[in-house]
Amino acid sequence: MKGKEKPHTGMNVNEGAVIKEPGSAKENKTGTWRTFRPVISDKCAGCGICTWYCPENCIKIVEKDGKKRAVIDYDYCKGCLICVNECPTKAATAKKEGE
Amino acid sequence: MAKDVISGAQAVAEAVKMCNPAVIAAYPITPQTHIAEGLAQMLANGEFDAEMVRVESEQSSMAACIGASSMGVRAYTATASQGLALMHEMLFAASGMRLPIVMSVANRSLNSPLSIWNDQQDSFASRDAGWVQLYVEDAQEAFDTHVQAFKIAEEIRLPVMVCLDGFVITHTYEPVDIPSNELIGKFLPKIKPKDNLNPSKPITLGGVGAPEHYIFFRKQQQDAMEKAHDAIQKANIEYSSAIGRKHGDGLIDTANMKDAKHAIITIGSVAGTIRPLLEKENMGLIRVRSLRPFPAEEIRNACRGLESVGVLEKDISIGANGAIYDEVRSALYSEDNKPRVSGFIAGLGGRDITEEHIGETFKKIREGKEGTEWLS
Repeated sequence: MKGKEKPHTGMNVNEGAVIKEPGSAKENKTGTWRTFRPVISDKCAGCGICTWYCPENCIKIVEKDGKKRAVIDYDYCKGCLICVNECPTKAATAKKEGE
Repeated sequence: MAKDVISGAQAVAEAVKMCNPAVIAAYPITPQTHIAEGLAQMLANGEFDAEMVRVESEQSSMAACIGASSMGVRAYTATASQGLALMHEMLFAASGMRLPIVMSVANRSLNSPLSIWNDQQDSFASRDAGWVQLYVEDAQEAFDTHVQAFKIAEEIRLPVMVCLDGFVITHTYEPVDIPSNELIGKFLPKIKPKDNLNPSKPITLGGVGAPEHYIFFRKQQQDAMEKAHDAIQKANIEYSSAIGRKHGDGLIDTANMKDAKHAIITIGSVAGTIRPLLEKENMGLIRVRSLRPFPAEEIRNACRGLESVGVLEKDISIGANGAIYDEVRSALYSEDNKPRVSGFIAGLGGRDITEEHIGETFKKIREGKEGTEWLS
């Protein structure tokens, strides 16, 4: 939550926790909350089922060299692993963060 | 000066009407009901114009005030006891979002056992909610303080609770001077909204405070509460020059302190019972008018040179002491020659505090025994 007025002990916060510009939730990169990281292997058929289930809307189907494939935005993926559960080809698997 | 003989509740309703809130949201509860009822009657008579929201609970009445105040208009509600307890969650939302809402609390004890009668446990239990809390002695001060409350709230952007003893003030008829609209208008300017909701420029109020930010919001509220200290004194002075009446220095009100070696510290209407007894007993009186911010410095100054003081209060922080007793002792701790402090818990659940009780209290204050006693 960044603010432009009333600097306070080196930290700028707006009185009343006011957010003056819409869309600021994007600044909060929730990917740091993850314990497990979903990883997509080459088995991915690009069916897009994971994109429907992802509660954070952070999986996109990207076409590269004529092949469709799921790509995860790790800035916002919280590691809920619903994609791992739903993937019909078992292309999405869970890895512990830091391993 | 012609005065109206009206109840404290009517005096509050008259004051609120003259401050022109755009939204009033209230739910009935004894002994507050007459305030909201009085305002509804004035609206029905066309005496002023406001949106009266008839809500289903006190949690909703505060939520409605938060919504209205977020739009940048004056919002007002009144409650007591269980109603205040029910809106506890919303009290923090209002103060955290820095909304200048004004609320009357017609002080009443809390269940169980069920009691509709007066003490101050209800608002004392809310003293950490980030609201300014002002306590009044009589109907006239209730009127004056409500007008001041809007000014204080809007200046420092904190909500203000004006606490008046249930029945003792709300239901008692007293002569009250009601100044003209012109004089009130001279004292209280129109509200100047800040960061209000507006569909053409969307903003969020009270966003998420992650661990790295949250503490700074609370520090801002604490800083604002320190400004409230000056704002309360200033409002008292400005009200006095516009209307011609003031109440102590705004934060505390003292009587018979000259040459006194002992003093009684109290809050609210019981000061009225104490006043006539002061002179012949050579006892000083310090009436706390503002509980939040707590006037520690003013109390230190008033107590300087005294041998002993006693705190008489209608609340108990169960497991500790009366709240003012502990705060007075904390305020005096840094003093070199501090007076001894006795504490007296009295009047809970509407039990009368009689002149005999006060006499007994005076005697014990002179003896200077520290600790808390219960008067029955």
